[in-house]
Amino acid sequence: MANISQAQKALETRVLEGEGKASIAMRRSAFNNKGLSEPTAALVDKVAKHAFRVTDADIASVRDSGLSEDQVFEIVVCAAIGEATRQYKTAFAALGAAVGKE
Amino acid sequence: MRLRILDRGHGFATKVLFALIRAVSRQPVLDVIKLVKYRADFYGGPMGAITQDAMRGPSTWSIGDREMMAAFVAKSNHSDFCTKAHSAVATAAYRNGEKVSAVLSDPDTASIAEPLRATLLMLGKLTREHAVDADDVRAVLAAGASHKQIEDALAVCYSFNVIGRLADAFGFFVPGPKAFEDGAKYLLTRGYR
Repeated sequence: MANISQAQKALETRVLEGEGKASIAMRRSAFNNKGLSEPTAALVDKVAKHAFRVTDADIASVRDSGLSEDQVFEIVVCAAIGEATRQYKTAFAALGAAVGKE
Repeated sequence: MRLRILDRGHGFATKVLFALIRAVSRQPVLDVIKLVKYRADFYGGPMGAITQDAMRGPSTWSIGDREMMAAFVAKSNHSDFCTKAHSAVATAAYRNGEKVSAVLSDPDTASIAEPLRATLLMLGKLTREHAVDADDVRAVLAAGASHKQIEDALAVCYSFNVIGRLADAFGFFVPGPKAFEDGAKYLLTRGYR
């Protein structure tokens, strides 16, 4: 299998730096699960830590706070990719440590 | 689906494609397809390239093993849609539904090779606890998985850590078994692009 790191970087660059409806700062905050105000912060934290607990009300409250559906779409995508990336990097570092490449 | 744009916000050509899928398959269009086709340049396109590589690129893990990992990661994330979807693909790839059920019920006792068992257990811990350490990885290496196989498994885990979260956050409709069986046939013949 080709190393996916290049394709991961392309995805990350697209969602964080490319054209979007949410600001780049907001997308980056969602990716990092840091620095967002409520109720968006609560939604992003749920997506990162236990997405199966997200409810209709969580999405509705973010929409009601003034974000468009496209902005919610982007924020949720960034939150999911951010958490997956952190887990991937943590595990890769553990693999490096296990085989002596720290 | 919790966002109307993901249900109805697609362009004309995509809506025609969905009508064709409904007519040919006699099944509703799966929400995962609606997601990847919505503003595909933002998410569906670049994510599809990663998932295709992770799930269908060259690897010493079989396609069945990788689909099994996807289903197991999904189950660890409590993602009902992805667990059912990728259990169906793993079942079709292995031609053995009992094996898939046994792994999802208890990977410690399922009748599978030790490298796959150890890899699944590590992926389960990573998904549940959001971290693993060098000792966790050493256990997988000791069970006989290679460095490259662990890299490949982490690529599968990455993909399904993204997709499962989106399935649950956007509230994907979970259809009956027939829709997942049809989806499995498609994913085995056409892949993820």
